[in-house]
Amino acid sequence: MSMLGFVPPSVAGGFAGSLPALLAFSAEPLAHLRSLDIVVIALYFVMVLWIGFYLKSRANTSEDFFMAGREMTAWIAGLSFVSANLGSLELMGWAGSAYQYGILATHWYWVGAIPAMLFLGIVMMPFYYVCKTHSVPGYLNLRYGQGASVVSAISFAFMTVLMSGVNMFAMAEVMKVVLGWDLNFSIIVSSLAVAVYVALGGLRSAIFNEVLQFMLIWGGALLVPILGLVETGGWTGFKARLAANIASGATPAGDYTHLWRSMGHFADNPMGIHWTGIVFGLGFAISCGYWTTDFLVVQRVLAANSLRSARLAPVIGSFFKMGVPFIVILPGLLGLVVLQNPDGTLMHLVGQNLVTPGSGLHSYNEVLPLMMVRYLAPGLLGLGITALIAGFMSGMAGNVSAFSAVWTYDIYQPLIVKNARDDHYVKVGRWATVLGVIVSIGTAYLVMNAAGIMDYVQALFSFFIAPLLGVVLTGMFWKRATRAAGFWGLLIGTLTSIGLWAWVYVNPAALRYVALSADAKTMAEDMYRALWSVIVTFIVTIAVSLFGKPRPVAELEGLVYGATKLPTEEPVPFYKNEWFWAAVAIVLFLALNIYFW
Amino acid sequence: MHSSGVSIWFFIGILLAVYGALILGYGIFEVATGHLANVVLANLHASLWWGGILELLGLFYTINFRPGKAKK
Repeated sequence: MSMLGFVPPSVAGGFAGSLPALLAFSAEPLAHLRSLDIVVIALYFVMVLWIGFYLKSRANTSEDFFMAGREMTAWIAGLSFVSANLGSLELMGWAGSAYQYGILATHWYWVGAIPAMLFLGIVMMPFYYVCKTHSVPGYLNLRYGQGASVVSAISFAFMTVLMSGVNMFAMAEVMKVVLGWDLNFSIIVSSLAVAVYVALGGLRSAIFNEVLQFMLIWGGALLVPILGLVETGGWTGFKARLAANIASGATPAGDYTHLWRSMGHFADNPMGIHWTGIVFGLGFAISCGYWTTDFLVVQRVLAANSLRSARLAPVIGSFFKMGVPFIVILPGLLGLVVLQNPDGTLMHLVGQNLVTPGSGLHSYNEVLPLMMVRYLAPGLLGLGITALIAGFMSGMAGNVSAFSAVWTYDIYQPLIVKNARDDHYVKVGRWATVLGVIVSIGTAYLVMNAAGIMDYVQALFSFFIAPLLGVVLTGMFWKRATRAAGFWGLLIGTLTSIGLWAWVYVNPAALRYVALSADAKTMAEDMYRALWSVIVTFIVTIAVSLFGKPRPVAELEGLVYGATKLPTEEPVPFYKNEWFWAAVAIVLFLALNIYFW
Repeated sequence: MHSSGVSIWFFIGILLAVYGALILGYGIFEVATGHLANVVLANLHASLWWGGILELLGLFYTINFRPGKAKK
């Protein structure tokens, strides 16, 4: 949720289609809640706080507080892994993109997630898990030493709280638009709730709540596409109505229902992307960077109770991730044919710049709440709104719990207070949680007064992800990689990313070189920039290693492929085996892509 | 996860059961009074069956993962 590659075009579009524009909704609240809806939302807050207070007594040691006691089952770790990434802003933004661009938005859920999640579970997880690291910067410390680790920890900690603040502000704006709630009310209530339950129960509380939030997101949002399909007469009926609308000129012409057919050239699709960018940029550099090295998501899997659970968790998560388009993309598509104006004519959602008070128009990003209001009766609507709030809170809890662990283990412990007692670090972790929330709130208010900052924050975050992937992969699969190589690879890869971004910012015409085509659009730039920076990171890491002295193989035990003896796993029936389910996931992933080719 | 303390599935069960009861209750009220909410496809009584599904799921998790029940 919190990285550039995984936010919708309208959000990630940099300076042209910026996040502030996303938030320029129409003036009248979309939904009017009844008392039953309010009760449903209030009960949700009671439950998350109850869980936090209940779990306080089980968060006394650092292992408990930061690693949830490493006792999560594969299911719990897997659902929390997916949930930490599901933000409400993302849900609404991608639904809006689906309305605007069609099914192409699904790439961010399928090719942009599934291969990377399976790669994490099956190939990388053993190394993260066996070396017993507490975090991704912690792994870098073991593999490359403190230089690379501190660079990565500081950038991660800094960006995590900033992103959390940006999302908090965006969420408050959404609540204002959909429900008419006051910005301060939304910010204070939701962030206090997150601060309380994470500071009290640590990662275990964050994970418990993420699983709860995951169930609510599905329970609250799944009914919308079901009823939408009933109204249109199924997928075939939807396509027939869409074709009729396009033929009559009511809907702009375009291929809304195929994933790959329009990917042959940048100019053939509205996103301005080529399939190489999708496969290598999104599917490899951005997606692997996010799902395998962003500590926000990896932390959930590190809390698993065994190596098998840790490997199975991302595999389980991949099935649910494949399902998310059904509650996000499908409602956006269905909105194309079912949404109507009060006078019964087909409703046309528009770009944010056209939505002005009194115009009566709605923006693309309002499609999900509009669909909820269309179908959901009192109570169910409250559940749908709860799903949006739950999405926001799970993302924020993910941010602050990851921040607290990285701050305590990778910055405070090595650099500030080295050998304190365990309970001291737990106390630091609790305060870091509160501090993280306070900085997030501060960022939210900063953004409120200078909305342009949001774009910079989003871009900043993207600079670190792809280089980190290059360094982690080289370190994990090549014994020869040296300590200095990790530091220089990370630094020069990041500078490459920043340099390419600045080049296009200063001279937009440079996009044709960065993204390989004059027809490329901003989305394509993100993908190719990530790809180039990971390639540069590989080259630098390998080159510096070749000039340096490799570490003795004995030191690399548990860290590197070929130097690590993986524990033998107990044989289990096939239906409990991670390889079996990964194979099923791959087949399903391919089948879905072929069906919607 | 089940070795110490209450399982997360128990908490989920309780919340879903309460939500199910509220939404199902509203659905029954709609059918009994014929007073339908002003939404599209209100005639399908989504509150009734979606509330029912939530209720069943909620009861299943609450009972199956209740504190003190012997775990496998």
